[in-house]
Amino acid sequence: MWGSTLLGYVGIDTIIEQMRKKTMKTGFDFNIMVVGQSGLGKSTLVNTLFKSQVSRRSSGWSRDDKIPKTVEIKSVSHVIEEGGVKMKLTVIDTPGFGDQINNENCWEPISKYINEQYEKFLKEEVNIARKKRIPDTRVHCCLYFISPTGHSLRQLDVEFMKHLGRAVNIIPVIAKADTLTPEEKTEFKQRVRKELEVCGIEFYPQKEFDEDMEDKSDNDKIREAMPFAVVGSDKEYQVNGKRVLGRKTAWGIVEVENPNHCEFSLLRDFLIRSHLQDLKEVTHNIHYETYRAKRLNDNGGLHPISSSSDTQESNL
Amino acid sequence: MTTNTRYKNRPVKAEDGEEKEYVGFATLPNQVHRKSVKKGFDFTLMVAGESGLGKSTLVNSLFLTDLHKDRKLLNAEERIHQTVEITKHTVDIEEKGVKLKLTIVDTPGFGDAVNNTECWKPITDYIDQQFEQYFRDESGLNRKNIQDNRVHCCLYFIPPFGHGLRPVDVEFMKALQDKVNVVPLISKADCLTPTEIRKMKDRVREEIEKFGIKVYQFPDCDSDEDEEFKQQDRELKESTPFAVIGSNTVVEARGQRVRGRLYPWGIVEVENQSHCDFVKLRNMLIRTHMHDLKDITCDVHYENYRAQCIQQMTSKLTQDNRVESPIPILQLSTPDVETEKLIKMKDEELRRMQEMLQKMQQQMHEQDL
Repeated sequence: MWGSTLLGYVGIDTIIEQMRKKTMKTGFDFNIMVVGQSGLGKSTLVNTLFKSQVSRRSSGWSRDDKIPKTVEIKSVSHVIEEGGVKMKLTVIDTPGFGDQINNENCWEPISKYINEQYEKFLKEEVNIARKKRIPDTRVHCCLYFISPTGHSLRQLDVEFMKHLGRAVNIIPVIAKADTLTPEEKTEFKQRVRKELEVCGIEFYPQKEFDEDMEDKSDNDKIREAMPFAVVGSDKEYQVNGKRVLGRKTAWGIVEVENPNHCEFSLLRDFLIRSHLQDLKEVTHNIHYETYRAKRLNDNGGLHPISSSSDTQESNL
Repeated sequence: MTTNTRYKNRPVKAEDGEEKEYVGFATLPNQVHRKSVKKGFDFTLMVAGESGLGKSTLVNSLFLTDLHKDRKLLNAEERIHQTVEITKHTVDIEEKGVKLKLTIVDTPGFGDAVNNTECWKPITDYIDQQFEQYFRDESGLNRKNIQDNRVHCCLYFIPPFGHGLRPVDVEFMKALQDKVNVVPLISKADCLTPTEIRKMKDRVREEIEKFGIKVYQFPDCDSDEDEEFKQQDRELKESTPFAVIGSNTVVEARGQRVRGRLYPWGIVEVENQSHCDFVKLRNMLIRTHMHDLKDITCDVHYENYRAQCIQQMTSKLTQDNRVESPIPILQLSTPDVETEKLIKMKDEELRRMQEMLQKMQQQMHEQDL
């Protein structure tokens, strides 16, 4: 039994309600980055996830555009609201990744961007007159889109995840999964998981950050099912009297939210309904701290933080 | 009867018009046909594209064989140091008495690395090597059993996941357009909706024109073909590049057993024309244009190579100031010692004859004076 027994009802449990009210008033930020070769359905998936046009779908490179020679970072923010809760969602796109003939080091601009956000936050944090709520532009989650070849990971995939796995939460997804039959999907996922293990790549949720047994068993189940094979769509069709999001082909309609067709709903539930907050916490408590420690060790250019640093309030 | 004997000996006179005799050379095509059937045909098909685009599956579907039964797929770690390889599989197929020696040239490793600069070089080198070998054989002394390993057609697989051609696609096709018949295909077309396929085809066609890529063009059909054939031909041309699907498995669809892919939301039938262009590709490749592909390889690509080669050689010869011999003697190393000796002997003979000629000419000249 924890602590002393209460002799009557005090009302401590109402703090949850108070926190909830406060969160609803202040709203919160979520920054999601999408990385993958052009045409893998990144923007469509994000729009499907958040059920709004938060990401502009590129129709490819028009006549006058050229594929950018280096990877660009484009971030777009929208405020979406649901059930009285406001969320400022920022989608960070990375056009040009993996599209060139020579893709060496194409992850560098992405790595640089992620570190720049940590740096921005750090600078605010060490300020003498700090803002009450530091604007959080740090990347909370990076969705990495794997091309559904059915064979195994491509070299570029391994290189990217190796370089960035320690700096940001990477969630690999198998894109355009409607090109794989159920057997092919299972085989492919197994092979991908094995390869990630062999290369020492830890994707979110990372095993080492499981806090307790309950977390571990929940996350184990999720880790076994990852990477999720997803299909995105912003078009609705009539199936069995219901309107569903899907893709219509000559041989049937792929229903995005049907768990027998693809794992989109698993991804959505995982990303938004259960682990959204955890993604932010891991980013803040672990990845950001790693960056901060490294910075403070590398050069004493920053003011030393006061000794009350172990009671860090989460800026959420 | 007597009229018959008269007809037999009468010579043909073109001016006679209606009384022109039946000679019988109209059977020539049949004779050629019979001889070729006896000899058999050969066809070399190259498949190129990144791994995982369904190349092997498509080849198996096209020729209803299983060429890659025991293939081992490499994982990402193993593939780090792999360069583009060229692998060949030959299979003898026979159908209704006609024999086909089919060679499939595969290009594993193409486009899979992080840095794919010039990843097509091993492929262009291979094609050139086949041309060179044929050139050597053709110019050699024993031409009875020349083996034709020249690549007749290259199927290039474009991933359906992009928005059209990528830089690597453009560079590859440009590097190969003058060496082989390039047929671009949109692979794994079952992940695209009909609208997306149309858009993709339009984009690819636009970009092919924009970048000036010379892909294989179907020859125009003769004006005396019937309307149905012409209509088919038009449809064929308008649906390029073909959007294809392949399958190694047989599934049950609409009460029949067909080659297809079984999804939870439906069954894709490979040979259903409303599902993909597989049938069009197969017809084009095997049933109607196989011979044309071979012809263009021989008449255009090979001749280009040969002309280039000879030009290089003759410019080298004149540079060295050697006697130009009437027979193009190759500078390339001949592995056969016997033939080399023969060539040397002939060389000597020629020289002696030329000397004799010169002496005779001089004598005649002196006599005249």
